[in-house]
Amino acid sequence: MDRELRVLLLSGLAVVAVATPQRAHAQEAPAAETATPQVVEPRVQRREVNPPGLDTENFEAGAFVGTLSIEDFGASVVYGGRLAYHFTEDVFAEATLGTADAGKTSYEDLSGSAELLSDDDRQFTYYDLSVGWNALPGEVFLGGRRAMPSAVYFTLGAGSTRFGGDDHFTVALGAGLRVLANDWIAVHLDARNLAFESDLLGKDKLTHNLQFTFGLTAFF
Amino acid sequence: MRRTGPIYRLRLASCLLLGVLAAGAVHAASSMQAVVQDPFLELRTGPGRGFPVTQVVDRGAEVNLLRRRTDWIKVRGTNGVEGWVHRSQLERTLTPAGAQLALPGPSPESRTGHRWELGVATGDLEGASVVRAQGAYLLTPSLLVRADVAQLLGNSSDGWLGTLGIAHVFMPQWRVSPFVGIGGGGLHVEPEATLVQPEDRSDTVAYAGLGLRGYLTDRFMLQAEYREFVVFTSRDDNEEIDEWTVSFVYFF
Repeated sequence: MDRELRVLLLSGLAVVAVATPQRAHAQEAPAAETATPQVVEPRVQRREVNPPGLDTENFEAGAFVGTLSIEDFGASVVYGGRLAYHFTEDVFAEATLGTADAGKTSYEDLSGSAELLSDDDRQFTYYDLSVGWNALPGEVFLGGRRAMPSAVYFTLGAGSTRFGGDDHFTVALGAGLRVLANDWIAVHLDARNLAFESDLLGKDKLTHNLQFTFGLTAFF
Repeated sequence: MRRTGPIYRLRLASCLLLGVLAAGAVHAASSMQAVVQDPFLELRTGPGRGFPVTQVVDRGAEVNLLRRRTDWIKVRGTNGVEGWVHRSQLERTLTPAGAQLALPGPSPESRTGHRWELGVATGDLEGASVVRAQGAYLLTPSLLVRADVAQLLGNSSDGWLGTLGIAHVFMPQWRVSPFVGIGGGGLHVEPEATLVQPEDRSDTVAYAGLGLRGYLTDRFMLQAEYREFVVFTSRDDNEEIDEWTVSFVYFF
C-alpha cells in the first residue's frame, strides 16, 4: 500500500489549504463611486476603438536535462519537458514528463550473473501533475549592471512512474530557481524527489529518486 | 542500432532546448496604448509584488501596454522607461479615444459568475491510488457538466478511468457548499503480468457521488468527493467500487 505516500501528499494539501489567505470577506466592501452629475449631454459620436488584445503570457513550456539518481540502479542522464500555467504571480500548475535509462545494480555489476531487468524495463519514465508556489521572488545580479527577475519555487504533485515493467503511484516534491533571461525566456535549476513504492527487488519499499536538472522555458 | 547512448540523449536534449529558443524568436509582443489617470504608475522590474519599483510614469502621460502575465502588465512610457504595473493601477487608465480600458481579472463575483473549472486530483479507488485531471463547464452557477480522466495505480493491477457527468452545487454563493453528481464512463484494468490471469478488462461504469467544495481565493477551490461506481462487468454480477478524492481546482 502507498499509505506513507498518501499521508505525505494529503498533509501537503492540508498545509496549502490552511496557509492560503482567507480573502473572502476582505474584498466585499464596494468602492463608493462619486460621479459628478452631467448637466449637458455632449452630442459627439464617440469613435469605436477596438484595441488589439493584449498579449497574455501565462503558459510556460520548455525542456530540461540533468541527472536522475534511481535508487539501487545508479545515476543516469534524464531529460524531458514541462508545461506550466501561471494562475497568479504566486501559484502555478505544472505537468512534467521525463525519461532516463537506468544503470545496473551493484549486485549485477559484482556478481556478473544474469541481468535483473530487460532493456525495455530499464527505461524509467515518469509524469506528474504539480501545484507550485513562487515562495521567494527576487532578482539575480550579474555584475553591477544587470539584474534579472527570479523566483525560488516549491512544487508538490502526484503522478506515475513506469519502471521495471510496472506503473507506480509517485509523489513528486520539488524546489527550484527560475531566472528570467528576458521577458519570455526563463532558465530553471530544479531539484525534485520522485518517491514511489517498489517491490522490484523482492520486497516492498519506498524508494526516493532524486533528480537535478537544468532547463530552458519560454512564456507564451 | 538502438539509439539510447548518453551522447544521443544529450544531442536530443540540446535540440529540444534550441527548439524552445526558436519558438520564442517568432514571438512578437503586441502593443496597445493608454493614458494614465492615476496620480502615477509604479513600474516594477518584474511581474510581482516582490520586485522593486524603479520608475514612475505621471498622470496624463501615454504608455504602451506590451504584454500581460497573470495580473501584471508590462508598459513602456513615451520616454522609453519600461516596467511591470499591477492591473489594479491600470483599471482607471483610458484608451486614447477616452474609453475605459478593459483588463479582465478576478473579483468576488467570479465565484458565482465563472464558466470553466480545471483541476488536478488524487485519492483512492478501492485500494488503488488515483491521479486525475478534470474539467467542468458551468451551465448555470449551480449546474456543472464534468469530465475527467484518471490513471489508477494499484498493487495487483493498474488502469484508466474516464467519466462524463453532471453535478449540482446546492449553494454556489456560500464559501463551502455541498454538491451531488451522477455520470458514466469507461474503466480499463490491466492486472500485473505476474498474476495468474493476465487478462485486460474494459467495462462501462456509472457513478453517483457527493462532496464538498470550498473557495480558497477568487480563483481557487478545494474539492473533496466520494463516488460510488457500478461496474457493468461481462460476468453475472455487477461490481461496486468506492472512490475518495481531493482536488485542487482553478476557475475562470
